Amino acid sequence: MSTEQAIQTYRTGARITDVDALVVDGFSVYYETDSGTVKACDDVTFTLKQGERFALVGESGSGKTTLAMGLMRLTRPPGHIAKGSATLNGRDLTTLTDEEMRRTRLSELALVPQGAMNSLNPVMRIERQIIDGILDHVEDDEKSPNKDELDEMVRDLLTRVGLRPGVARLFPHELSGGMKQRVAMAIGISLRPSLIVADEPTSALDVVVQRQIMQTLGRLQEGLDASIMLVGHDMGLVAQFADTIGVMYAGKLVEVGPVEEVFSDPKHPYTKLLIRSLPSLKEKREFLGIPGLPPQLIDLPVGCSFADRCPSVFAKCREVTPLTQDLGGRRETACHLYDGEAKS
Amino acid sequence: MSTFLELDHVTKTFGSEGMFGNGQITVAVDDVSLSIDEDEASITTVAGESGSGKTTLSRLLLGSHVPSDGRMLYRGKDFTKLTSRERRNFRREIQPIFQDPFESYNPFYKVDHVLDAPIKNFKLASSNREKQRMIEDALEMVGLLPGETLGRFPHQLSGGQRQRIMVARALLLKPRVILADEPVSMVDASLRATILDSIRRLNRDLGISVVYVTHDLTTAYQISDNLMIMYRGAVVEAGTVDEVIPNPQHPYTKLLIESIPQPDPKNRWGSEPPQQNWDTSDTDMAGCRFADRCPAVMDNCRTTVPAQYLINKHQMTRCFLHEDKGEMENPDITSTFQTESETIKAVPANMSI
Repeated sequence: MSTEQAIQTYRTGARITDVDALVVDGFSVYYETDSGTVKACDDVTFTLKQGERFALVGESGSGKTTLAMGLMRLTRPPGHIAKGSATLNGRDLTTLTDEEMRRTRLSELALVPQGAMNSLNPVMRIERQIIDGILDHVEDDEKSPNKDELDEMVRDLLTRVGLRPGVARLFPHELSGGMKQRVAMAIGISLRPSLIVADEPTSALDVVVQRQIMQTLGRLQEGLDASIMLVGHDMGLVAQFADTIGVMYAGKLVEVGPVEEVFSDPKHPYTKLLIRSLPSLKEKREFLGIPGLPPQLIDLPVGCSFADRCPSVFAKCREVTPLTQDLGGRRETACHLYDGEAKS
Repeated sequence: MSTFLELDHVTKTFGSEGMFGNGQITVAVDDVSLSIDEDEASITTVAGESGSGKTTLSRLLLGSHVPSDGRMLYRGKDFTKLTSRERRNFRREIQPIFQDPFESYNPFYKVDHVLDAPIKNFKLASSNREKQRMIEDALEMVGLLPGETLGRFPHQLSGGQRQRIMVARALLLKPRVILADEPVSMVDASLRATILDSIRRLNRDLGISVVYVTHDLTTAYQISDNLMIMYRGAVVEAGTVDEVIPNPQHPYTKLLIESIPQPDPKNRWGSEPPQQNWDTSDTDMAGCRFADRCPAVMDNCRTTVPAQYLINKHQMTRCFLHEDKGEMENPDITSTFQTESETIKAVPANMSI
């Protein structure tokens, strides 16, 4: 299947173009510790098209948040970007100076954080928190918007995220969890970014609010013609929201593909187990977890890091680290089971 | 049949009109009658969104809140009139498991501490050897190896292991009822199965009743027998999971079930549902509390509180759409639940992970 055909299988109404929004190539974030190097995110490669919704899933500790924070250049020492590049709209984010990166954040690349309750300042009114980011990115003081323009912008942003304009005058503690998440989204889109990174944006919310927030986020993204990178572990949410899914395991991206195809025909054994472990509302059946625990990321042995938990393991898995193979139709996996099938 | 715990028209309100109150009253639990039976162990789910009153209801059941109106009976005796010995017994017989497996531990103590403490407090063991054996038995019961668990600090264990130690701790006290408030919402999906499975095993093998408080109807459907759905303090629908989940009758239950993110990309959500209006206080809403969000709202919904209508033997709802079915004679919502004698437990023999 060609790229165009593959794109047609996406959700109806999606405006996915063939323009590359974000090209991540060999991106690695390592943590240097006394006991060795922790390869929290290792040699990750993928491409995000303009208008596409890309979901990154994995267990805690799989490196999905490390990757997202690395792309934002928000990795804290002893972590550092060890190698690779991340090209957003033609500029490699890893080579920007700190000041250039600061200007890029929010204006081109915005973060909707996990747990908005902790990301808002408790002693500042909502309007002030939205305005702060806007004013901080004004390059030329003379073009700075006046108070009326700012008020209008705040009103407009709050309405777009589904809040009444009066929320501007409130403090965070006067809002519910869902409303706070909406404020975080309003801040995120205030400068019309081309890529929104949403890190588990609904993990503390209940299902109805979660659905409302995700649908609002999708509407905003379509309005801006932006791309989204959704980081999370809720496979249900990913199935509802994303166009493309990337599965991370022990710091590596082990499978990428269009969401419908990955759910109906997962390739990597880890993805298979992950999908099988999802409880269903349609039938009662045996609850299955994934046996074992993910490996320690310090000094990973040679070979596939899933080998110890994999039901299909064979000798080669413990000797050679599997490389990502292109299976055609925008499907990729890093597993020796598909060694003969690569379409290079 | 003897009743372990019974709520009789219990209402719990917060806020006051007194000197420090702002005149706003929040009705967290609104006229709920239910009973937990001692002989017939079942798993009952209490589901609803944040602010629906499910946590307040579980605190009432734990005895940490006192009803503002109505009565709570423990083995037939008014809870407020218990002797200290009876109250102590009550505290042993109903055991909570909380949401956060990280905050339930003191990071400076080894995990053994949470297992030692209840044995000491309730003087359950006469010797160290007996204590050790009890702890090891309890850990094995929830699928943990004592050698890999004891002597460690909380940070050395995974969230799933920590939560299962909490289940083991509850188990040591040989409770009649375990009240699990969102026990899996903070652990990875791949570990949820193991925790829920250990809870289900307690119910099946040891005959402990479980009250499972959650907003996740998918896991509720998988492990529980009965279900009650709460919305802004009221139980809007209740019955067996096999009746309610495939065939929800209250518009709120329908919304809740539709909003579950199904892991099926071919079956996506419909249009965005209206937001809850938190600005209207409970006292302003004279009728059904769901009226302002309800797609099927009628005139009397805004003025009159709907009664509990019995849809069938195993399902009831508080919604005027079902007024024609007639009111429940017995206000106890648990009367719609399945009793054990009716249950053919279709549980696979091998539940090990």
